[in-house]
Amino acid sequence: MALLLGAISIGIAFLYGCVGEIITEKSGHLNLGIPGIMSFGAAGGCMAVSIWMSWFPQPNGFTGALMIFFAIVIAMLFAATLGALYSFLTVSLRCNQNVTGLAITTFGVGFTMFLMEGVVDRTMFATASTFFTASLPFAGALGWFGEIFFSHGVMTYLAIAIAIISSWVLNKTRVGLNLRAVGENPATADAAGINVTAYKYVATCIGSGIAGLGGLYYIMDNLSGSWEYGIEAIGWLAIALVIFTMWRPNLSILGAFLFGGLYIAAEFITGVSFSDKALLKLLPYVVTIIVLIITSVIGKKETQPPAALGLPYFREER
Amino acid sequence: MEKTVALEMRKVSKYFGEVIANKDVDLTVYQGEILAILGENGSGKTTLMNMIAGIYYPDEGQVFVRGEEVLIRSPHDAFAQGIGMIHQHFKLVDVFTAAQNIVLGVNDGKKYKLSDINARVQEIADKYGFHIDPKKKIYEMSVSEKQTVEIVKVLYRGADILILDEPTAVLTPQETQKLFAVLKKMKEDGKSIIIITHKLHEVLSVSDRVAVLRKGEYIGSVETKGATELSLTEMMVGRKVELNIERSEPKDVKDRLVVTGLHCKNRDGVEMLNDVSFVARSGEILGVAGIAGSGQRELLEAIAGLQHLESGEILYHDPVSEQEVNLRDKTPLQIRELGVRLSFVPEDRLGMGLVGNMDIVDNMMLRSYRKGKSFFVDRKKPQTLAETIIEELEVATPGVHTPVRRLSGGNVQKVLVGREIAASPKVLMAAYPVRGLDINSSYTIYNLLNKQKENGVAVIFVGEDLDVLIDLCDRILVIGGGRVTGVVDARTTTKEEIGLLMTKSDSIGEIKAEEQTEGAENE
Repeated sequence: MALLLGAISIGIAFLYGCVGEIITEKSGHLNLGIPGIMSFGAAGGCMAVSIWMSWFPQPNGFTGALMIFFAIVIAMLFAATLGALYSFLTVSLRCNQNVTGLAITTFGVGFTMFLMEGVVDRTMFATASTFFTASLPFAGALGWFGEIFFSHGVMTYLAIAIAIISSWVLNKTRVGLNLRAVGENPATADAAGINVTAYKYVATCIGSGIAGLGGLYYIMDNLSGSWEYGIEAIGWLAIALVIFTMWRPNLSILGAFLFGGLYIAAEFITGVSFSDKALLKLLPYVVTIIVLIITSVIGKKETQPPAALGLPYFREER
Repeated sequence: MEKTVALEMRKVSKYFGEVIANKDVDLTVYQGEILAILGENGSGKTTLMNMIAGIYYPDEGQVFVRGEEVLIRSPHDAFAQGIGMIHQHFKLVDVFTAAQNIVLGVNDGKKYKLSDINARVQEIADKYGFHIDPKKKIYEMSVSEKQTVEIVKVLYRGADILILDEPTAVLTPQETQKLFAVLKKMKEDGKSIIIITHKLHEVLSVSDRVAVLRKGEYIGSVETKGATELSLTEMMVGRKVELNIERSEPKDVKDRLVVTGLHCKNRDGVEMLNDVSFVARSGEILGVAGIAGSGQRELLEAIAGLQHLESGEILYHDPVSEQEVNLRDKTPLQIRELGVRLSFVPEDRLGMGLVGNMDIVDNMMLRSYRKGKSFFVDRKKPQTLAETIIEELEVATPGVHTPVRRLSGGNVQKVLVGREIAASPKVLMAAYPVRGLDINSSYTIYNLLNKQKENGVAVIFVGEDLDVLIDLCDRILVIGGGRVTGVVDARTTTKEEIGLLMTKSDSIGEIKAEEQTEGAENE
């Protein structure tokens, strides 16, 4: 039971990063800046929380809810700013996506360290966190059922809602069809009259914004407001999760919980040494490699990444 | 019948840097006609059409649609004007269904519901006599099905001016006939159709008028009724040309390469060659015909030692040592040393054979660097060779040190074929050596192959244009789905016969029987 709850708790952080990255990758951009963007989103959200707590040192239910809303908006803005920078470099200037992404990660992680250690006032975080983790009042009355389904903070449900909505938009709407076409074959999308550049920018920024929430969630909900340097690892796992779920946001909900379980499994096994635990933490990556091998052997086009992933697009190139 | 002008271009120019793609082009298209646009490679046909379709924006000049001046800045604008282009390289998303591709980018305010879209697609298809399955995914389709999707896509958007860029390049003769029938139906429906093609006989059979471009400039247009292949070619090239392939009788014919029972699988384990047997003889051009991807590439690569063989023998009669060698046990390098040369022109031209970023001299060295004795490479001989090729084959290049990728397609191919011929091969394999080349450069290449044949080389020529195969080759090997479906005498066969063999079903019993009768004929 504790393992399951823990898996859900950490899995949600993966889920935010994963869904954000899927949306970005569907536009044909492999954003390796996700770890940095998640960190930066966390920094933004934490700044918002610390500012809010200085305005309302004893928040009640109403100002607490507003604080969550405020933190979410600022976290998304921060993360989307980095996403916009990434888009500008890779879409408009057509820089190499991998190099740009790694640079964004380095920048985002480093700058977050600076903000969190030097600028953000973390003294009230424990109080603030209680609002993030506050569960539905009737959860306790429903026993184990309530504990699994209703005991989580508001951002958990937000993540699942975002994943389901993303899946619906991608597969059932015109916008989703256009976005997938951009990632599969930008020249085709262009010839069909779709604004490729706009789709790439918007998808990357929205994707980054969603990923940024993962950082905020990790600090405020999973770690209950204590600051710890660990978002980067979450980000890399989120990218691995994208591959694991074969670019499907709805599947990524279950995938995130599985990754979460594997990630914390080491904590629940007694009698293993510290170094063995580190080895156990590699499990999600091993699973990802196995999925890669299986999908490669099956060779179905639907399980492959968007065909134009990682390739720059320039209309008049001959 | 009174003609209304559907589209008019006045003094349209387009530059790519310092290169002039189109200069002061005037073009008129009438409603309800099929206009063929003819021109050599690099004469700016596709660029001109891309400007109407909104892919490029003209640097100078005006475009009028139905009498009104319009600015077409994007494909979206073109659709708004009722203009749709079917590109040479299909613009389709592989993992989408036909219907999804067709509806892509359309914003007609209707609800996005696939079942409704499927029905509307089917309606259009029925109207013009297309065969299409809206729910089929693109990657499961044949080339001709994909083309159908492209055409329906344009019609779905309500286009009444259709541009087709080399639509027949990838089709079999039968499929081409079907396409032309559909085009004529659309013409009767009042649509204007612009078709770009190299193939003169198709121009003559399908179009009402022909407009000719040369070096980016508009030369003029003529009624198809009064034109002949020769008169059109002269307009296109700008001088008198001979359009004959001089096919000499094969001399001193000996078996050079005997291939028996070749089996070969690709990386995904799909059988690409299935029991392929044939003989290539010296002093003879053996043509290989087949729909793209029927195993031509694998066959040539197998002979060159680049494919792993499941089973089968490739016996090579060495004219120098008078010995028989089984190429199966040799490395690609040893096979090359024996004089078996492969000049493969892949679809992207630079993929195999030449390195785009290297200059002509360096590309020559790719074949000779092992011969050097000292530690440093010898640049003198390749340089002489490069200069000879440029001179003899009339390669248009600023110099021997220009990176190959900057040359136009035809010149790249001349460099590639020239290098392989320079090694005085015993077996020369040329795959699609004239792919995308204009008529003039094509004939240069044909003559080169003919010369090799006269020198006693066994030439294997994989081609796409059946007319050329029939005119150039001595015997034609037809393959379909990795099997030999027939060997015909090029002097007596017809296009229809080859076309039928190309599309022959893969039902094993039928082909087995066929092979036996052919075997009997050959003996």
